[in-house]
Amino acid sequence: MSTTKGYSRRKFLQTTTVFSGGLLIPFFVSAGAKKMALLDVLGGGAATAEDTSAIAFAPNAYLGIGRDNTIHIILAHVEMGQGIWTTLSMLIAEELDCDFTKMKIGHAPPAAPYIHPLFGIQITGGSSTTWSEFDRYRKAGATARALLVTAAAQQWGVAPETCSTDDGYVIHGDQKLAYGALADAAAKLPPPADIPLKEAGDWKYIGKGVKRLDTPEKINGTAKFGMDVQFPGLLTALVLRAPVFGAKMKSFDDSKTKAVSGVRKVVAVPSGVAVIGDHYWAVKQGRDVLQVEWDIDPALAFDTKQQWAAYRKLAEQPGASAAKAGDVVAGLSGAVSKIEAEYTLPYLAHACMEPMNCTVKITGDKCEIWTGTQMPGIDQGNAAKVLGFKPDQVEVHTMFLGGGFGRRATGQSDFVVEAVEVAKASGEAVKTVWSREDDMRGGYYRPAFMHKVQIGLGPDKMPVAWLHRIVGQSIMEGTPFEAGVQNGIDGASVEGVNDSPYMKHVPHHSVELHSPKNKVPVLWWRSVGHTHTAFVMETMIDELAHAAGKDPVAYRKLLLKEHPRPLAALTMAADKAGWGKPLPAGRFRGVAVHDSFGSAVAQVAEVSVDKKGQVKVHRVVCAIECGLAVNPGGVIAQMESGIVFGLTALLYGNISIEQGRVQQRNFHDYRMVRMHETPQIEVYIVPSAEKMGGAGEPGVPPLAPAVINAVYAATGKRIRQLPLDPAKLLKV
Amino acid sequence: MINLQVNNKPYTVDAPPQMPLLWVLRDMLGLTGTKFGCGMAQCGACTIHLNGEAVRACVTPLSRAVGQPITTIEGLSSDNNHPLQRAWLQEDVLQCGYCQSGQLMSAAVLLRENPNPTDDDIDHAMSGNICRCGTYPRIRKAIHLAAQLQREGGKS
Amino acid sequence: MKLLFKGTRLLPVYGVCVAAAVSVAAAGIKPRNEHKVLPEKAFTVRSLSAADSAASQAAFMDVYKVLMSPRCMNCHPSGEAPLQGDDSHPHVMDVARGKDGKGMYALKCANCHQPENVPGANMPPGNPNWHLPPADMKMVFEGKTPRQLALQLKDPKQNGHKTMQQLIEHVSHDSLVLWGWNPGEGRTLPPLSHAVFAARFKEWVATGAVAPK
Repeated sequence: MSTTKGYSRRKFLQTTTVFSGGLLIPFFVSAGAKKMALLDVLGGGAATAEDTSAIAFAPNAYLGIGRDNTIHIILAHVEMGQGIWTTLSMLIAEELDCDFTKMKIGHAPPAAPYIHPLFGIQITGGSSTTWSEFDRYRKAGATARALLVTAAAQQWGVAPETCSTDDGYVIHGDQKLAYGALADAAAKLPPPADIPLKEAGDWKYIGKGVKRLDTPEKINGTAKFGMDVQFPGLLTALVLRAPVFGAKMKSFDDSKTKAVSGVRKVVAVPSGVAVIGDHYWAVKQGRDVLQVEWDIDPALAFDTKQQWAAYRKLAEQPGASAAKAGDVVAGLSGAVSKIEAEYTLPYLAHACMEPMNCTVKITGDKCEIWTGTQMPGIDQGNAAKVLGFKPDQVEVHTMFLGGGFGRRATGQSDFVVEAVEVAKASGEAVKTVWSREDDMRGGYYRPAFMHKVQIGLGPDKMPVAWLHRIVGQSIMEGTPFEAGVQNGIDGASVEGVNDSPYMKHVPHHSVELHSPKNKVPVLWWRSVGHTHTAFVMETMIDELAHAAGKDPVAYRKLLLKEHPRPLAALTMAADKAGWGKPLPAGRFRGVAVHDSFGSAVAQVAEVSVDKKGQVKVHRVVCAIECGLAVNPGGVIAQMESGIVFGLTALLYGNISIEQGRVQQRNFHDYRMVRMHETPQIEVYIVPSAEKMGGAGEPGVPPLAPAVINAVYAATGKRIRQLPLDPAKLLKV
Repeated sequence: MINLQVNNKPYTVDAPPQMPLLWVLRDMLGLTGTKFGCGMAQCGACTIHLNGEAVRACVTPLSRAVGQPITTIEGLSSDNNHPLQRAWLQEDVLQCGYCQSGQLMSAAVLLRENPNPTDDDIDHAMSGNICRCGTYPRIRKAIHLAAQLQREGGKS
Repeated sequence: MKLLFKGTRLLPVYGVCVAAAVSVAAAGIKPRNEHKVLPEKAFTVRSLSAADSAASQAAFMDVYKVLMSPRCMNCHPSGEAPLQGDDSHPHVMDVARGKDGKGMYALKCANCHQPENVPGANMPPGNPNWHLPPADMKMVFEGKTPRQLALQLKDPKQNGHKTMQQLIEHVSHDSLVLWGWNPGEGRTLPPLSHAVFAARFKEWVATGAVAPK
């Protein structure tokens, strides 16, 4: 009997009621709220009869139609590269039959209608936008269409059923009326109780996709990211933060700083000292000469090496149980042979291309915030607390995000709270900007993890016992997401191991967790726990396949025969990659398959290893089983993106700490994969009628194990420490 | 006071000569299409054209720009009609989009100097521009397409 | 021939060498522009004493140490990409030499490398003429033995059609060569001072520019 404890982030968010209003999703909102939502997003004034561009018809919180035929779309989720600007708009268009070129799209302000249908807070994360909004956004479009059709039918004196719609018009015979012309009439009609949605066979866009709708403004410099917010009187700030996490400021001397031309103010804030001035260059120069004395507790000044030693000791001890079956100790002692392995996986920085930033303007009893954030509602609440305001006194304008990857979703709203503190302390409207160095050294990393694995094999060389201990900081503990830690298990630390399809077939197993604490802030990082668990599981399975003398794909197929989705992804990736067929001399293949965020992704990597131990990944073939691919081009883009992201972590990702100080600063020592290092990537989507899964994150986890398994095929060496150290692959 | 010529418009700025062009463009001239990514010429997000070359504005002192024409992403074309912009639209290149100003400005120099670039040429032109979203495969495709569009445009 | 000198003893010994080099130069080497005419002959015809040969080789071994240091070798790579850092790793942006040695397309040297070093650790080092040797005259240092490098330096077909005097001029005064001793924050310096390096180079030439065996 197998039991699995602990909650995944999704499960937690589905079941918790920590956040008020979480499970009540008002699809139809009051007129006041509608107006608030739409006007806040779109920056419009009150609609008057003369105002032809005003929104005359807003049947729900997601959509408004202007008299000028503009289709205003309000996104409950934010655009950070994953493409929801396009996909959510497309879902509306599918039912509304509107003209994409007439769309005006904007991010929603924090408000009840925009709360995630399942997670209970306003969040973009968990690779969940498309599947979670699939019905809500289609219904938003369908409702509007029904009302427009009714309005037109009434005008023409015909039955609504005899009308059709196309590209922003209601049509009856030779007559047609533009949506804008019907907006006022439609607004007066009562919303229909239930709206049937199109049958799948009638879909124009779903399953086919449309071109990205945010491209035009992002190829000519007009798109506004948080960093681009400017208005008269706005100043810029850089904060000098503690060099060691948890250290406090004792005193500072700003005499040199204030002598720098363009520096206006220097103020202390809880996180450090803010230098405020006319522009970035002035405050950077000012901060460079700022003298601050820090109070650093020696206990905080630890080294990564010490940390691994401490983790190793913990891994010797039983931890909190995340999954258990049979008697693993007996199973191991009765095994014919054993495999033992220790994995070390470092802290990782998100390193979004757009460094963190947040603009704050406090006017009397009102605060306005402009930033790129994945959780505007949480940020609103945290900002309000700083000011002693109620949340509705804080207005959040969500800008385009120059990457998120989880970094812009902190329960503590670190970057927003700090910016509010700076504005509050200085009495100025301030854009607090992080330099790349600040961003790299500012914490909120993927936690460092150690895995210790002992596997016992039976006479048939198949695993009979599997003891798996994981050591690493909890992401959710001590945050507003604390309820996600159950019985000592943070689901985000063990996902991918405790619920692994492989584990279920091992009669004696125990998955255990230690969650040591320290002051290094940790956070979800694209694909969260799967970033490390998939690497361990899929390299171990590879090792087990070799121990059993079986082909790695065949071995996995055997274990996955009752798991159709990963099996389908694996089969497709292996076939398309030509698994088993000869490769050019010096090239080797490796495979991995992993289930995460509701989708299964398999990848086959082709690599070569040169004399210096440098690994070159030539080709990656990827297959995803995500159920219906609503926007296939978007799914493919996310797979490519995940592969490059995973490869970057594998080759270069390492945040190390010495004397409490993060050693990496910028892209020269926290490298990114570049154009010339990017493999040829082929992505295939498994045709599927299964439940819809995510795409933003599941492409990341299989990459590292697929490459490392290929490296084993090339060198016979098992790499258990990331990032990959070429010195370990040198032939001796 | 320093005179600059940006996107064919004259500007006068009061800034120290060693101030990086990036911050002059963004914080003084309000041209925010040029992005800040690293501040040390590692990522290419701030790539602009200075006298036609794809310089990294974050390390280029204002003094170097005196008397030299500057083109930023805002000046790449009048209406998203540069072959690269058309190709970017067609191939759905971008994701978050933050790095794409720099990617486009780099690619524009490549296409000008080599109307028919190979994959190797693309590597040698574009590996100074980091994209954290990993849009590289589509950037490569779009550059090939843009080269084709440019050639076709040249014929007609 | 092995290296003659160890670090701590360098300076006093060099005092003598520099003086010797100057006197030899004064006696034997023609003014620069006249010297251009038959550069090779001037050095190859002259018969050398065994002492000259030993001194010349010793001088070159010091020159070699400098040329093979990252500050010099990184821009004289064996491949088509410059090297970076004290570990001389390939330039991470996949920079290519290009025909004129000034990079290609959007990765020309001067796109990042300014006329001067940008202040700060790991910031782009600078020089008004930052470049690699051009494609038709690669002047590779990386991977060369002392003998190979010496022969290459002496060969006008491989050294940019330079006379020995022009080479002396280059290593003594070229601003990009001098950059090696002003490389910006955090970069190690070549193992000898520029003055000693230039003097040893002159001495190598003056004693016959003998390539070590």
